[in-house]
Amino acid sequence: MKILVAVKRVVDYNVKVRINADASDVATDGVKMGINPFDENAIEAALQLKEQGKASEIIAVSLGTNANQDVLRHALAMGADRAILVETDSKLQPLAVAKLLQAIVAQEQPSLILLGKQAIDDDAGQTGQMLAALLDYPQATFASHLQLENNELLVTREVDGGTETLALNLPAVVTADLRLNDPRFVKLPNLMMARKKQITTLNAAELVVDTASRLTLIKVAEPEARKAGMMVTSVEQLLRQLRDHEGINL
Amino acid sequence: MNVLVLAEHDGQHLNPITLHAITAAQFWQSPVHVLVAGNALDSLVDSLSDIIGVAKVIKAEASHLATPLAEDIANLIVSISTDYQVILAAHSSFSRNALPRVAALLDVAMISDALEIKADQTYVRSIYAGNILTHIQSQDTQQILTVHSSHYIAASTHGGKAQISSATVPAAFHKTRWISTKHAQSDRPALNSAKVVVSGGRSLGSAENFEQILSPLASKLNAAIGATRAAVDAGYAPNDFQVGQTGIVVAPELYIAVGISGAVQHTYGMKDSRIVVAINQDPDAPIFQVADYGLVADLFTAIPAITAAIQ
Ligand SMILES: Cc1cc2nc3c(=O)[nH]c(=O)nc-3n(C[C@H](O)[C@H](O)[C@H](O)COP(=O)(O)OP(=O)(O)OC[C@H]3O[C@@H](n4cnc5c(N)ncnc54)[C@H](O)[C@@H]3O)c2cc1C
Ligand SMILES: Nc1ncnc2c1ncn2[C@@H]1O[C@H](COP(=O)(O)O)[C@@H](O)[C@H]1O
Repeated sequence: MKILVAVKRVVDYNVKVRINADASDVATDGVKMGINPFDENAIEAALQLKEQGKASEIIAVSLGTNANQDVLRHALAMGADRAILVETDSKLQPLAVAKLLQAIVAQEQPSLILLGKQAIDDDAGQTGQMLAALLDYPQATFASHLQLENNELLVTREVDGGTETLALNLPAVVTADLRLNDPRFVKLPNLMMARKKQITTLNAAELVVDTASRLTLIKVAEPEARKAGMMVTSVEQLLRQLRDHEGINL
Repeated sequence: MNVLVLAEHDGQHLNPITLHAITAAQFWQSPVHVLVAGNALDSLVDSLSDIIGVAKVIKAEASHLATPLAEDIANLIVSISTDYQVILAAHSSFSRNALPRVAALLDVAMISDALEIKADQTYVRSIYAGNILTHIQSQDTQQILTVHSSHYIAASTHGGKAQISSATVPAAFHKTRWISTKHAQSDRPALNSAKVVVSGGRSLGSAENFEQILSPLASKLNAAIGATRAAVDAGYAPNDFQVGQTGIVVAPELYIAVGISGAVQHTYGMKDSRIVVAINQDPDAPIFQVADYGLVADLFTAIPAITAAIQ
């Protein structure tokens, strides 16, 4: 069984992003980039299935510029077998990503496609569901547990106020929650070894997919910060403030 | 053209977030229809038809919709979609699961968690865990979105008189099987609609402390209990307590952050609260930058003292 894992290159989650001078977009030049955290969980899930003898090959795929090589190397160093870079300079929105991934699925015919539940830059959380729809595949989003049993995938999903368990026929699309696993650390020797693994580069244009953006970015802004409040020095003062100034009945 | 709102419910009760979505839907000044999918929906349909601002309730009943799959909800919405210029729902795990699927089937880009709806198909939404706001304009003729419910008031639940109709439900999607749903049992109000939330972080140190320190306070305040990811990962609190970018977004009247550092991924989930109180022993903790009232103190003495001091 082949597993395809989609990995996005995003601004590192520790970076506090800023907007650029003319407020036309987020300033990402020279900012530390890395693999989307949820996508690391997706890779880890694929690796665990392979270690259980349930998967034969893991292919990491990333869409973007040549710079995305680094997140693919990271996936390879974690243990993916090979990688595909779909090169494009356009800013891809989830629907376009889903369509490009659909084209890769048509080529590779994986039985399972793993994605992150959301990208921490756009916070869209759409791509997996869109891909599943385009492929008419079953989907399980926000997965926190995964088990492959008799060609059926049992997935526990995080839902508001609890969890839900589904059984999916393969091929299927699953999106990973952070809770799914603890991604392994990449050790230096693995990074060296990953250099020998293959990254195939395709041009997005070759895949004849409509990647035009449907959402035009008009402007970006920094949200109004919450007004700095006051420091109180005692529990009594805190309660007095809440009662007398905020009308909170305590 | 009409606006379609996808109702969220548990079979018996409407999830109150739907009322906020119904208010958001009034923006287009077109008739608002509410789609309710499930099984044995009569009492729900009655209460939906009583909501002010709803022109029509569309009932979609089938046994397989009792535990609805995204695949089935998406196919159902697509089957009636030609009547709608806008399809929306409150942002939740339910709508986030189903609506992107609808969007792809209709070849429409989707707007997730819109904070504001503006003229000319323009929306404001946040990116980078709430650090940046974007204004985006949709080029699609049909609009599919989820809305940030705390930014819209709830529609009134009495006094409306919507028409009721039934939709033909498409055949069940057979490639996915629902197995089970586990709902956390709790006597406390639901986290995403509670008026008061008391949240604890990693600093509570154990599941026992988490319970012993926070529960008495939460009980006195009739509050829901929340947690940081660090507290959840450490096993101090269940997963569905997590507030933040990857958890639940809350906007209560009062949010009390107990021993929480204030990482952006956490503050994303609580910064719309009316009043934020933070108790942390580190005067430099970033949580104080988003707090209305900050108290530098050891939580293990401060929280019991607060609990004792309130009625
Ligand atoms: C992709 C991604 C998504 C994430 N999503 C979320 C999310 O949805 N929600 C979330 O919460 N986090 C999320 N995180 C994690 C987040 O970055 C932080 O690591 C987490 O919020 C920290 O939790 P904490 O405040 O409990 O712990 P810490 O950061 O360790 O802070 C503990 C605080 O307790 C204080 N303290 C210690 N002892 C005491 C005492 N006795 N009395 C008073 N104060 C005390 C300390 O001063 C410190 O400020 C996410 C991270 C990533 C990478
Ligand atoms: N450019 C991309 N390249 C590879 N995978 C992507 C890309 N964009 C999104 N994805 C995948 O889709 C998931 C959800 O992204 P989003 O819908 O943008 O929140 C991510 O976690 C990735 O697994």
